[in-house]
Amino acid sequence: MLIALFWRDLRRAWGSGALWLPVLFFLLVATAFPFAVGPDAPLLQRAGGGMVWVAALLAALLPIDRLVRPDRDAGVLDQLAVRGVADEVVAAVKIAAHAIGFGLPLLIALFPAAALLAQDSARVETLATGIAIAVPALASLAVLSAALTAGLKGGSAIGGLLVLPLAVPLLIFGAGMLDPSGRGAVKLLGAVSLLLTVIGPFAAGAALRGLRE
Amino acid sequence: MTALLRLDDVACIRGDRLLFEGLSLALAPGEALWLRGPNGAGKSSLIRLAAGLLRPAAGTVERFGRVALIDEAAALDAELPLRRALDFWARVDTVDGHTVDRAMEAMALHPLAEVPVAMLSTGQRKRAAMVRVIASGAPIWLLDEPANGMDDAAQARLVAAVATHRANGGAVLLASHFALGVPDLAELDMGALA
Repeated sequence: MLIALFWRDLRRAWGSGALWLPVLFFLLVATAFPFAVGPDAPLLQRAGGGMVWVAALLAALLPIDRLVRPDRDAGVLDQLAVRGVADEVVAAVKIAAHAIGFGLPLLIALFPAAALLAQDSARVETLATGIAIAVPALASLAVLSAALTAGLKGGSAIGGLLVLPLAVPLLIFGAGMLDPSGRGAVKLLGAVSLLLTVIGPFAAGAALRGLRE
Repeated sequence: MTALLRLDDVACIRGDRLLFEGLSLALAPGEALWLRGPNGAGKSSLIRLAAGLLRPAAGTVERFGRVALIDEAAALDAELPLRRALDFWARVDTVDGHTVDRAMEAMALHPLAEVPVAMLSTGQRKRAAMVRVIASGAPIWLLDEPANGMDDAAQARLVAAVATHRANGGAVLLASHFALGVPDLAELDMGALA
């Protein structure tokens, strides 16, 4: 049953071309950035890594309004609740599906994006490792804010604001991995990511329960 | 006989409004109860209470068995062909394809199996939701306005499905603002409670 739920979420994420939306957005930022700051390679290399992180964070938040709200409106969440599926389980499955559905394409898009921002291969490797570690946490935060704002009109904008403060540690330690002196950053990033990933299903599950009242 | 569904001294508050209080009912296997009354009388809220989707403000709700629910949302993925959308719930309910086949037969939906859910009419979507309920194999049916948009032939099939379910030891709680012609039906007038 969980597998059926997972595949349904993944199919809906990848169907109708929605797969490419966060990825295109991510590449768009990577393309626009050199135009804005100028084609100075050393500057791009220094600032580009941080830009990749900001773009990845924003790309994760892009599909917030289709993660929970359509399921709520279609009655799918009610039907699952009637069957006794715990809200936390629904949230965990949604997080897993979002992590795969959005994380994999993002990691692939990272390579052209990094090239556009003049990142050398060592830095690309660091970026890919860092983003791979952060993807579950980003998915967790996205589903959490989607669940919190599914009952509101125009909720997705508020959703971004809700999540941003929680995502700041990911940004700090993720971008910190690029600093040659920041050797502990990867461990701290892992710790923050683990914490957010573990909290996510419970917090989002509580939010899903709140949607029914 | 032991009840499948029992509501004991239940009160329901929506917003600031008390919809009803002191409501008790029990459904044993084979029994059906028609919740009647005007719009806003609390029929849907009572169905959602019975389903466990709302918490009662007072009293207790007990279910002894699985529940199948129809409400205003069909919960079928609009972009999928009807059969695949139904198959998703069959997997969630862990029932096989034959059960879905038989349920589609009962609601005469076989000709529409390949049609995307988004293209179905209101009545056809209600029939599809009914297929989901029949195929689920749950003993407790909670049907909130199941016949909305259905034509006479579909209503007759709905009534027949309810009769079959009761004959197999199921219980049905049916909310409808008009009479469906289900035989041997207890009534609860929600309008008289307010």
